[in-house]
Amino acid sequence: MIVQDIVAPLGLRIAAGEGHLDRQIEGGYAADLLSCVMSGATKGDVWVTLQAHPNVIAVAELLGLACVVITEGTEPDGGTVAKANEHGIPVLLSAATTFKVVSQLVKLGIEAHK
Amino acid sequence: MERIDKTPTKVQELVYELRVRQVMSRALITVSPEASMAEVKELLRTHHISGVPVLEDGRLVGMVSMEQVIRALESQQLQAPVRERMTASPRVLHEEESIISAIHQFARYGYGRFPVLDQQGNLVGLLTKGDIVRGLLKQMEMLWHAEEERRYQYQHMFEDIESDDTTLTLRYQVRQHDFDTGGEASSKIKRALERLGAHPQIVRRVAVAAYEAEVNIMIHSVGGELTAEISPGRIVVVAQDGGPGIADIELAMQAGYSTAPDWIRELGFGAGMGLSNIRSCCDTMNLTSEVGVGTRLEMIFETRDRGAR
Repeated sequence: MIVQDIVAPLGLRIAAGEGHLDRQIEGGYAADLLSCVMSGATKGDVWVTLQAHPNVIAVAELLGLACVVITEGTEPDGGTVAKANEHGIPVLLSAATTFKVVSQLVKLGIEAHK
Repeated sequence: MERIDKTPTKVQELVYELRVRQVMSRALITVSPEASMAEVKELLRTHHISGVPVLEDGRLVGMVSMEQVIRALESQQLQAPVRERMTASPRVLHEEESIISAIHQFARYGYGRFPVLDQQGNLVGLLTKGDIVRGLLKQMEMLWHAEEERRYQYQHMFEDIESDDTTLTLRYQVRQHDFDTGGEASSKIKRALERLGAHPQIVRRVAVAAYEAEVNIMIHSVGGELTAEISPGRIVVVAQDGGPGIADIELAMQAGYSTAPDWIRELGFGAGMGLSNIRSCCDTMNLTSEVGVGTRLEMIFETRDRGAR
């Protein structure tokens, strides 16, 4: 499954990284504490969070995550969008809660690692 | 989710990129429509092939295969002319078509081979599934060689430089509360290691530890420096700041213990997991600190065994 495949089913808005929707999704992870993500997320994961500041992109880039889904209608600031475009990491926005987004991803067949 | 390496996607990319003309066979054996099926049989036998295009005045008029020879043999009509036994106006491929389109036609029509025509309709080659497999393998090998060569250049950088002790040092300034560019130093260290051909697991461990150390300087100190010393067999990352220092190192090392203020926690930092994340990533961790002076965190990664711990 690629990032493009979750955009329509979840009704996501693309905030950044539009040219990189062909990245492979290999699993999923949800958390808002960056250190948890650093130790828990795996390469190729879709990361669901309500954090929207530029360090989210730094973490996603360091771990090689597939994309970031920002929940609860949080708007990323210009710095986040610019950084995401620079590193080619798709940032997708949802008005739904993290729990709702994760449950929809699970229905699409995306699972947690281990 | 199935974990897929880069290779299948590369093949997928190749089948769209490669053209029929790049993988088809050009050494063309053809037969005239007036030849007998017995002649076709001899042609197939001597050249170890299973089908030939039928040409009349230089134009493709049909295809004749081993199967048709066998059927002619069974009905004892080996002396019949090819014209009567061939597949007239056969399906063709164009030389500029993509491999993926050819694969679809093999699946759809079940033929063993397709004649290939150029823009003017001249027969220029023949394509079998074997040609496709061979063509893809050849391309993969070329890509693989290019990649190997690139890796070799980086991996042997240290070996090519003659000295008693070679170290590459990367140095970055980390500013207090600079959340906008925070994480960039570790991101750059990660990229440098990738280019040097470090094992992906080493790259990940160094990246995670360097990131946590960078964020620590950013959140807790007045600012400092992150350095990565890369030498053959070992990477040493040092995070050094100018204060205020850690009063109780043992307490700071405990997972979940944090002194970060609320506004920093709201940004997702300050979970109290930084130092324990670092400890699980590196082979040796040395933390020294003096209140009022500063903190020095040294993280050592042994890379001799290509990332395996």
